[in-house]
Amino acid sequence: MVEVTSRTGPAGAVEIAPGVHWIGALDPALRTFDIILRTANGTTYNSFLVRGESGVAVVDTVKLEFAEDFFRRLESVADYSEIRVIVLNHLEPDHSGALPELMRRAPQARLYISTRATSMLKALLKPKEADRSFEYETVGTNDEVSLGNRTLRFLHTPFLHWPDTQCTYLVEDGILFSGDIFGCHYCDNRLFNDRVGDFRFSFDYYYGHIMRPFKAHVVEALKLIEPLRLTIVAPTHGPILRDRPRRYVTHYRELSTSSLTERIGNEDRSLVVFYMSAYGSTARMADAIRAGAEETAGIRVSLYDLEGGETGPFVDLIEEADALAFGSPTINGDAVKPVWDLLSSLAVVNLKGKLGAAFGSYGWSGEAVRMIEDRMRGLKMRVPVPGLRLKLIPTDDELVECCDFGRKLAAALVGGEQGRVIDFSELG
Amino acid sequence: MAKAKVTFEDINQTVNVPAGTRLIEISEKVGAGIIYGCREGDCGTCMTHVVTGWNNLTEPSVLEEKVLRENMANRHDRLACQAQVLGDCTVKPA
Repeated sequence: MVEVTSRTGPAGAVEIAPGVHWIGALDPALRTFDIILRTANGTTYNSFLVRGESGVAVVDTVKLEFAEDFFRRLESVADYSEIRVIVLNHLEPDHSGALPELMRRAPQARLYISTRATSMLKALLKPKEADRSFEYETVGTNDEVSLGNRTLRFLHTPFLHWPDTQCTYLVEDGILFSGDIFGCHYCDNRLFNDRVGDFRFSFDYYYGHIMRPFKAHVVEALKLIEPLRLTIVAPTHGPILRDRPRRYVTHYRELSTSSLTERIGNEDRSLVVFYMSAYGSTARMADAIRAGAEETAGIRVSLYDLEGGETGPFVDLIEEADALAFGSPTINGDAVKPVWDLLSSLAVVNLKGKLGAAFGSYGWSGEAVRMIEDRMRGLKMRVPVPGLRLKLIPTDDELVECCDFGRKLAAALVGGEQGRVIDFSELG
Repeated sequence: MAKAKVTFEDINQTVNVPAGTRLIEISEKVGAGIIYGCREGDCGTCMTHVVTGWNNLTEPSVLEEKVLRENMANRHDRLACQAQVLGDCTVKPA
């Protein structure tokens, strides 16, 4: 007879190394995570228990709804009175949900969180809990906590994917409790990467939605992680990576490296001009802007008609561009939908510091340009050149104006703006 | 009304502003690289380094000092959404 194992996993804790147990929870029914992620076969909330000669450490907890599973697994390998250390690598509710109850059951334990986690800790706990002055300590890179024969060493890895995130390294065993880094939403009760199903898609999908906006921070974290001896990488979601864990570190390095730099060099600054055009006027503006921008040495301009492409590849282009210009006609007082579709799909990439510009032809009111500029500012882009609006069909003189707009944008991009003094009232 | 000159080092532009204007308002309008989040002194996103003229900004509040500390601010960093300009200064994104 075929034995069908429970999707919610084994009843007790699972040993991942001598004296180190998985005590997390499986959530096979979850189909959407954090609103933004699809989870075709659920997720796991991984937490771990480390036994040392002078006490027990618990690394991360689980989502509140799964606290019962967590405590049952914890109780199968330790008594609450033995817990000396609780580490939270990340305070998002799916990892901190069982924390208040754990601290109630193990009041002698000291909590270790990253230096940036304090305000989040207070905001996450109910006011009643926050009033209790339980012990916690903030830690940074290379701070250590000893469990006698075992040492927990902290790595400060902020913004992966919250400001508070950190990793905890079990020095003597070479086990990295990596928080959400190297994680994925993939639920499989066999737990280990050499035993579960094919989770490559989930791993890359998770990176693409959770880590991708923070690539620069991934690179900083990898500088701390790559030199470590790694026998196991134990993230807070998805399979425990015990078979060739370094492959995943290498894969993160690849995913975080610029493909524009890799493939076509990094000498030029990249300006991507996107446009939509109903009667060809905004398209002609785009051509003229490109011509103007290209006069400046060291600028690579790419021109794309939004009508002929899809959001996904455009997002990839935007991620690697240094400046973006959006051209839209105004229809019924608004920019056209494909522009908004693209401008509302950029949460997965880091736009900080990119330059933005807007232009467009209009019939009678021309609101689109201002609206696009406001959106770009909202996305933390810098808008150095005021937007360019033209009524209906551009004249030759107006196309010269478009060229000049391109030149100004290019100048801003290569840092050629002169040290102007502007009066605040001029800025509108 | 008293005026002050604020120079944004990242874009090499100077703006003449009425004293009392918040840094974030100027930065946003001139298109400098200081970014913002909550705009109410809580998130630390708009952290700005004051290159010169540290004393020409309003004193940081207790709350601002706390947020700066939590975000591991360096000496002479301020939150652009909190600091008001009183005299000439030069700033850049932290």
